[in-house]
Amino acid sequence: MKFSIQVNEGPYQHQASDSAYQFTKAALEKGHECFRVFFYHDGVLNGTRLTTPPQDDRNIVNNWTELAEKYDLDLVVCVAAAQRRGIVDDGEAERNGKDATNIAPRFRISGLGQLVEAAIQSDRLVVFGD
Amino acid sequence: MSDTKNFMFLNRRAPYGTIYAWESLEVVLIAAAFEQNVSLMFVDDGVYELTKGQDTAGIGMKNFSPTYRTLGDYEVRHMYVDKASLEARGLTADDLVEVEWEDWETEESVDNIVEVVDSDRVAELLEESDVVFSF
Repeated sequence: MKFSIQVNEGPYQHQASDSAYQFTKAALEKGHECFRVFFYHDGVLNGTRLTTPPQDDRNIVNNWTELAEKYDLDLVVCVAAAQRRGIVDDGEAERNGKDATNIAPRFRISGLGQLVEAAIQSDRLVVFGD
Repeated sequence: MSDTKNFMFLNRRAPYGTIYAWESLEVVLIAAAFEQNVSLMFVDDGVYELTKGQDTAGIGMKNFSPTYRTLGDYEVRHMYVDKASLEARGLTADDLVEVEWEDWETEESVDNIVEVVDSDRVAELLEESDVVFSF
């Protein structure tokens, strides 16, 4: 089956991103396909490489990056949600005159059309959040 | 697979207090541009999103409620409101905004696409949807 995943909550505060990660990993290991993971609302905060959890805790951001590397996952952060919450890549920094970037490896910033396209192209859109 | 799906946006939260309602509306506007069959459903505190006379001056937030009234222009054809959720909050259809819809090609029009439905119908409508976006 072809899945897409939507993550609506930030890391650590809420289990949504952990659950989405576990679900996506399990689905891929079972041979299913993941068309896209889309990060929305505070979910965009999963896409900053500046996250530094204590060493004995899981690193949620790195988990996503590593999963993306292994399975060539498309991790998309919503641009409008990202601008509100300070998630920045090179393009956004230049466009909005910011002096730094923080996007994590394998994440990319794009528009809500990517979420709609994922819903159209996938057999199931699975949403994680409250 | 057909490229046109029945999208249902399930709105469950009050318009202010969290950003879910506002960012949900942003997805609705984009989905309509992709020429999908877009419907909205309002349940629980989500029914407050459609109430008339919202005034956000006191909380320093943008009042985005006028946007709901324009959804007919974005090809949104149905806006359903859960009757039980309305009643539990002491509201009736008269407390809600009206949203006009018109097909500018056929000139077919509907004065108000906001429709109050019972719980069985809510379940049916969700069942009939290809994709449910839950906010």
